[in-house]
Parts: sequence; structure tokens; C-alpha cells
Amino acid sequence: MQIFTCPFCGPREETEFHFAAEAGKRRPEPAETTSDADWADYLYMNAAPRRPAREVWVHLTCGEFFTMTRDTVTREVSDAAPLPGRER
Amino acid sequence: MTGWRHDRFGTRIDRAAPLSFSFDGAPLTGFAGDTLASALLASGTRVLGRSFKYHRPRGLWGMGGEEPNAIFDVTHEGRTTPNVRATTHLLRDGMALRSVNTAPDALHDRGRLIDRLHRFLPGGFYYKTFMGLGWMRWEPMIRRMAGLGRLDPDHCPPADTPQLSARCEMLVIGAGPAGLAAARAAAKAGREVWLVDEAGALGGSLRWRGGIIGGGDWREFANETAAAVTAAGGRILTDTTLWGAFDHGLFAAWQRRTGAPDRHWRIRARETVLAAGAIERPLWFDRNDLPGIMSAEAALHHLVLFGAVAGRRIVLATANDASYPVAAALAGAGADVTLADARDACPAPPEGVAHLPSARLTGARGRTHVTGAQVNGRTIAADTVLVSGGYTPSVHLHSRAGGKLDWDAEADALVPRPGTSPLRVAGAANGGFGLARALAEGHRAGGGTGPAPGADGADWRLAAMRPDPALPGRQWLDPQNDVTLRDVRIAAQEGYRSVEHLKRYTTLGMATDQGRSANFAGLAAMAALTGRTITETGTTTYRPPFAPVPLSVIAGPRRGELFDPPRRLTLEPQHRAQGASFREYGGWLRPSAFGAGDEAALAQAEAGAARESVGLFDASPLGKIEVIGPGAADLLDYCSYVRLSTLKPGRARYGFILNETGIVHDDGVVFRLDADRFVVSASSSHAASVRMILEEARQDIIGPGRCFIHDVTAASVTLTVTGPRARDLLRAAGLPDAILDDATLPHMGVTETDWNGHPLRAARVSFTGDRSYELTVPARHGSALCDALDSARQQVDGRWIGMEAVMILRAEKGFILIGKDTDGLTMPHDLGWGGPRERRTDEYLGRRSLFTPEANAATRRQLVGPATDAADPLPTGAHLVPIEGPRRSLGFVTSSCFSPTLNRPVALALLEAGREKIGQEIGTFHMGETGRARVCESCALDPMGERLNA
Repeated sequence: MQIFTCPFCGPREETEFHFAAEAGKRRPEPAETTSDADWADYLYMNAAPRRPAREVWVHLTCGEFFTMTRDTVTREVSDAAPLPGRER
Repeated sequence: MTGWRHDRFGTRIDRAAPLSFSFDGAPLTGFAGDTLASALLASGTRVLGRSFKYHRPRGLWGMGGEEPNAIFDVTHEGRTTPNVRATTHLLRDGMALRSVNTAPDALHDRGRLIDRLHRFLPGGFYYKTFMGLGWMRWEPMIRRMAGLGRLDPDHCPPADTPQLSARCEMLVIGAGPAGLAAARAAAKAGREVWLVDEAGALGGSLRWRGGIIGGGDWREFANETAAAVTAAGGRILTDTTLWGAFDHGLFAAWQRRTGAPDRHWRIRARETVLAAGAIERPLWFDRNDLPGIMSAEAALHHLVLFGAVAGRRIVLATANDASYPVAAALAGAGADVTLADARDACPAPPEGVAHLPSARLTGARGRTHVTGAQVNGRTIAADTVLVSGGYTPSVHLHSRAGGKLDWDAEADALVPRPGTSPLRVAGAANGGFGLARALAEGHRAGGGTGPAPGADGADWRLAAMRPDPALPGRQWLDPQNDVTLRDVRIAAQEGYRSVEHLKRYTTLGMATDQGRSANFAGLAAMAALTGRTITETGTTTYRPPFAPVPLSVIAGPRRGELFDPPRRLTLEPQHRAQGASFREYGGWLRPSAFGAGDEAALAQAEAGAARESVGLFDASPLGKIEVIGPGAADLLDYCSYVRLSTLKPGRARYGFILNETGIVHDDGVVFRLDADRFVVSASSSHAASVRMILEEARQDIIGPGRCFIHDVTAASVTLTVTGPRARDLLRAAGLPDAILDDATLPHMGVTETDWNGHPLRAARVSFTGDRSYELTVPARHGSALCDALDSARQQVDGRWIGMEAVMILRAEKGFILIGKDTDGLTMPHDLGWGGPRERRTDEYLGRRSLFTPEANAATRRQLVGPATDAADPLPTGAHLVPIEGPRRSLGFVTSSCFSPTLNRPVALALLEAGREKIGQEIGTFHMGETGRARVCESCALDPMGERLNA
């Protein structure tokens, strides 16, 4: 059971969190000029890196989405920060 | 009769408190403090069970969780617990022990004849033989032969195990010499230490081996350590099995208590010292599985703690120094001991012990128990053969925490590689055999500075012992699962050379002892047979739990009603007073029907009454998610399939929320109360996930400064009044005129008003197709609203209706339930809502997915309403199939019921290209039965919607 740190609530057990997305993915818009392949790529393809991974997670109990950098091998969490542009 | 009770030894037993118990029906006695194993050993009972496959006789081997043989079904105070390990369970007065895998009893087991066929039953026999003969036919027979204890169907242990969470600065696992030294060092430095041990007292091997530590008896050292731990704010847990190591320093522990429920701990430790000790290995020779062949260490344990002496004529075969004190103690207790050491250079033998250096034990004599040992070609008569093939460090938790292992030739074992797991390993678990080294390693691991507590004596020297493939006879590696050296050889020959394959092919180490004493031999044998080193051969993966843990301990109180507790309605007591029966709907406990009698019949009557006059039901679980702020309309436009920024204040609109793959996630009505204030009325079971979809878009797309979201579902009570006389009921209840007037509150209108000084929100939305009012008040006023509506109900001949009736009413209208009438492929245009997809030009959630080739396919399953001329409704789940040609599923019935208003069955279905098929006949297929139906529009009642304003 890992401990993640919500930027607003502090450290909590991983059962309170959900993975939301890999960080840095951009939604292809508008639909009219987005190819099927690009859209499928956006929906289904993840890098799933070994070692450091930068991801967006959500703390279910407070509803806050935030970015987290964690090592997928050692399970070490090196950084948890609010979404860019999010004022505290 | 061989084992006996010494009249002097026994630190744990109370001779003044004899206990009677029975084994396989035979009455026996023991003492308070005895384990089941020590009591049986002292009673002289030898055959305690039968092995899994060959039904060979099995006797006591060990002293703890590694015990493979002495496993019983224990009946005590009317409750039978299966597969209890005799070595770790304390004896109680009146216990009835029953051997496992035996009939009629352990000694006279009928299955023993199977052993005669052993030559024809090598590893993999059952699969190889019966797969070809049709496994399914033979499986029941093989299953009956397999298994150990018998589960008592009435055995329902109480759900009383508290689940406790704790934190500590340092967790020390194992309270032997290394663990004590670690805990003492840390506690003396002022650190909060938790010291955990599986046994009922501190000391580990000191308890039977004794020792002088720091010039005094080990007990002083243990007491001083315990006092230091407590003084520093730490805690000592004995009788506690630490069964799992998890991420980020989390450990799970099962604490057994006498006279109180067990406890399950989740301990989060900043630092951890693993001092779990080591487990003695057996030796491998012909018939090394006979009862009476025991671990030497265990014999000393049973002698010192319980006064249970293993036998009278004992051969002790070893290749290490650790067995010498065992021989000395047994001789001192009056047994005739022959010490057979495989080494050429041995220490001097203890006094009174016959000593055989360079002695090779090659076989045992005896049928149901051992009668002699073959040493160097000579048979020595003996009633007990004690063996020691070295020690295997207990590295499980280190490996579970990600640690790697290295081969240590001096310890003849795989030991933890330093720095590969967060655990610091000390003592015998680290391959450090010997008291002084254990104390020194423990002291360091606990952060101790200065000299470690001192002790005399060098490390035990040992010679490596291995199974010898050249030795004739049957050599057991895993006595519980009956894996012999021959099985490993067959596995190697057939290419199952990886240890993981070896394990699965032969079942080596898969028994309830998890191969504590067996795995090393299997691994060493495979290494020898394939010409590899032990490191090259590797080990199987260690997985939790470390020892069997009752599921009731892990589950704790999460059982029955508490397993997945439903949410409860504020007005549940009022509904119960009206005679409601309750069932769970989408995570909420809601009235299914009101009154006594058959639920289906009640639902028909309730649905009929709601169509004739008026029905009243509790709609409080409907999601109420407020979206407030200048960006609220933008957010809802983005998240909703139907545009909502064009909605006028005071109005409501029905629509869908899709996910990015274009699949309908939820449907519901959105109210606009004001320019910058909306309420999303998500369906009851989707409120939480809809809130998260809105939150994600708010924070990621719209900007958190422009609006906020507030899920107020639980803060209010909603009662729905539906039916032609709904307005009469409201009038009788004295509700404000603003609600009653269709000009101020038309269909799909919403208004906020005041009632008796409380806020009241009224909305004209309908889940039934009839004129309906959803009345929402703060939860604390729910009871007043309920009372007012209930008195009025009686004046207008209305009726409370349960969810079963609501399901009929909405099915008649073709109103869908997401997840019931839709599945993970359903898009809005499959439901007849193609408009926004064609017209909207702005971006919204899931938009692009609605234009993929898949989304455009002509063969999509669409919502229709299959009708039948039969009297009974179509079965829900029935497949819709072509009438001619090969049968294939074109879709399925999603909802189906009898309509009391139409006096015929109605149904909803998802059907491939269903819209095109309207008016056509279609086949049905359900559980082998075929039928016919007619494809119709999904709305069966009042398609023009005239009843809404009636």
C-alpha cells in the first residue's frame, strides 16, 4: 500500500487515489481535423515507462487532480504538484 | 509408543493443570501450556496424519510454521476449525483433534494402499493420464481424493477481528537474540520500537537453547529489552505473525489473543529490522518421511519448553555444530543418544552420547514409524531419528520487499544481499548462525553504537548436505505434497528445469507449509541434476502470506451487511412504517414495494395505481451536483452531449454525459436555476463518477477559477409525485400555488420557492411519462414534507410505490437505465439521440469518437422495444436472432415486464440495426428455447406524451 501526497490534503493511502492520465498528453482538437489514428493514439496509447513516470492522478476524496512523478520500479514518489496554472 | 513426558523439563507447561483431549477418538491428556504437537509427542502418538498423494504415514516434524505433517481439524466448544497447525496452536481442555486426509483414522487409513502403486504415480501422473481420458469426467473423483481438512459448513467464525492501523519508528520482526539486540539498541537510543514475534514469549531460540548474554542469563537480557522498549513508547506483540510486507513500509500482522478476538494490524514502519531466524533443513535418505524422524532443533524445543522427549533410543544425524547441544540435552534427559556426524572433523561429543564421525545416514527402517537407522551400511535400532541438514534463513519478507539473494557458502544458504530491500536483516535470517554474531548484527541493525551485548561461543560450523541422486530408495523432499527426488529428476528430464516450472510440475513447496523445509532441497537437487549452481537455478517467488492466515482475520468486520454497506435513505424509518420492503438499487437501500405479499404482484398494483391516480416515491438518491460560477455553462457544454448554455433559467433539459470514447456514461436532467447556477441530476448510481468527470474538465479545461462543483446529493430529500392526480395531491398537501400553476411551472420547468419557511425546489420532470413533480427539501425537513404528502395522498386515493413499480412505469415509456438498457458500446445515436452529433460544431467530451468507422457502422445495436403476443414477458437477457439462416445474436432484451396499464408485456432491447427492423418479426433465443417477437418503438405507452400535462 503506497502513500501518495495530495498537494492539498497531504499524505494519504493509495486507495484514496485514482490514476487519471499520463501527464503532457494533449487532446487533439477540433474533431473535424483529427484523424482516426491520432484520436485512437490519444485515447489508448500510453508510454507506460519503466522507472520515472509523470502522471496525473486524482485524490478521490477531495476531487483534486494533480501531477505526480513516481518510479514505477522502486515505487518512490519524487514529486506531487498541483496542475499547471492552478493557484493554491 | 515412543515419545514421553520428562518429569523435570518443561518451562511452558503447568503440571498442576492437566487437560484432556482426544486424537482420532482416542482419549489423551496434556498440560496447560502445551501445544497440540507437544502434547501428542509426549503422549507417544506417532502417526498423526497421511500424506497428500500416497497416503504415507506422517508424524511430527518441526516446531513452528514450517510443520508440514501435523495438521488437524480441531473441534472445540462446538466449532470445527480445519487444517490447524499443531505446532503453533495451544491445547485447550476438551479439544477433539481429527487427522486430515485419513479414513477411518491416521494409523489405519484405507488410502495407504495407494502407496503400493507409487511406482506408477510419478509427478504429473494425474494430469498426464486423465487429460487424455477427458479431464472433466475424472475431475470430481480426483478432487475427492485431494485436499486435507474437512470444512464444517456450519463453521462461521464471528466477524470480530478489529482492523488496527499503527505507525512506528522501527519495526523489529522476530524476538530472538538478533531481534532483542536490535530492539534494545534502538529503544535505548529513545526510539519507538515495535517488537513482534510469532511465539508466545520473547527469546526465539534462546528459549530452548539458552544462553549467557552480557554475563547474565538471557532472560535478564530479554526482560531488560522489554522494559527499554516499553519505556521508549514502543510496544511488544507476541503471538503475532507478521505475514506480509507491502509498499512504502507497510506490514500486515495477525495477533492471536486468548479470551479476546484476534487483531489484524497494519503497521507502517519508518525502518524495519528483519530478524526472523532460520528453519532447520531435513536430511535425505531412503524413507526419510517415516514418523519418528524429526528436526533435531524441534526435539530440543519440545524437550525444554514442554518436557516432551522425542524418544528413548535416538539416532541424531547431522553435519553441523548446532546439533551437539541437542544431543547433550537429550542424553541429559535420559535418552540413549547416538550422534552420527557426516563430517570427518567433528567437535568432541557431549558426555554420555555415542559418537560416530564420518557417519552417513542412508536409510530408515520401519513401516508405520521408524525402527532403525542405516548408518555406514550398519543398522542401528532406534525409535527416533533426529536430523539436521543445516538451516535455511527466513528471507521471505526481505524478498517480498524487493530484496535480492546471494549465495553464502559458509552458511550454505541463500542470504539477503545488503541494500536491496529497505529491511535490515540480522542474525540467522542473514546466515549468521551463532549467538555472538546474532547479537552483534542485531545491535548494529538497531542503530546501536558501541560494543554489542557479548556472548560466548563461536559460530556454528557446518558442512553442506544435499540430496544424493545416486542413493537408492525413495527420498522425500516435500513430505506433505509427496514430492520425492525422483519427481525432480523426471521434471528435469522433461524439461521443467526452471524452479517455477519445477514447482508447478511436481507441486514441490505448494503445500500449506509453503515448502519451508522442502524448497531448498528441491532447488539443490535441480541444480545438481542440471549441472548448475544454486544461484543459477534461482528461487521461486516469495509471496504473502508468510504463514496461513484465516480469511476472517483479513476480512475483519467487513462481512454480511458491512461487506459493501448500501447508502441509507433519510426517510427509511417512514418507509418502513408504511410497510416497505427494501432492496439495494445502485448502492442505495430503497423500498422495492410497499405492503405484505408477493413483490411482483404489489409492483403491478402500485404501477397501476400510479397510472390511475397518483403514486409517491422517494427519489432522494438522484444525484444533485451543483455547478456554480461564470464558467458553469461552458463546463456543462463541454461535458454534456446536449448543449446546456442555451437552456433558460427555470428550465430543465434531458441529456447524456459521454466519456471520451463516445460511450454513454450517464443520462439525466440538468436544471438551470440561474444564469450561473445549474444542478446536474445524475442517476443514483453514477453521481460520484459524474462528479469526477465534471471535476476533471473543470480543473483541466475550463479552469478552476471559473466555476465550482458541489455534490449535495446527501444533503436533501427528494420525493416524487407522479400520476394524473399529482396536482390534486400537491394541492391537498398545501404546497404553494407557484408550483401548481402550469404557466409558472410547465413540464421541464424548475422553480425554487418557500414552503413553511423552508426552501423547496420543485421540478416538472418525469421518469414515468405521467405528470410528475420532483420536490426537494433540505434533508432535515424531509420528514415534514413526507408527512404532508402522505396525509394528502390518502385524500386523493394515492399510493406509495416502490422501485419495482417505478421500473415498470419507466419501461412502459421506453425510458432507459444506463448500464441496464445500455452497455459499454452504446453511443447516444444508438438511443435515437443523433441530433447533437449532427448539429453541434463545438468540442465536447467524446465528440471525436462519435465519428469513427465503428461509430458510423450500419450494424450498431440500437434501442428498440420488442413486443410479444405471449402472456408472459420476454426473459430479460434473451438473445434476438434471425428467423432464418444460421443463428447468431443480433442483440438482447435489456428490460422486460408486464404492463398493467397496457395489459400486455413490454420490453426494451438493443438490436443490431434495430431502427430499420421496426415492424419486422424477429426470433428470440433463451436457454435453448426459441420464440418470436415483433420489433417496435421503445416507447409503448402514450408516444405523443399527452399524459405529461394531463
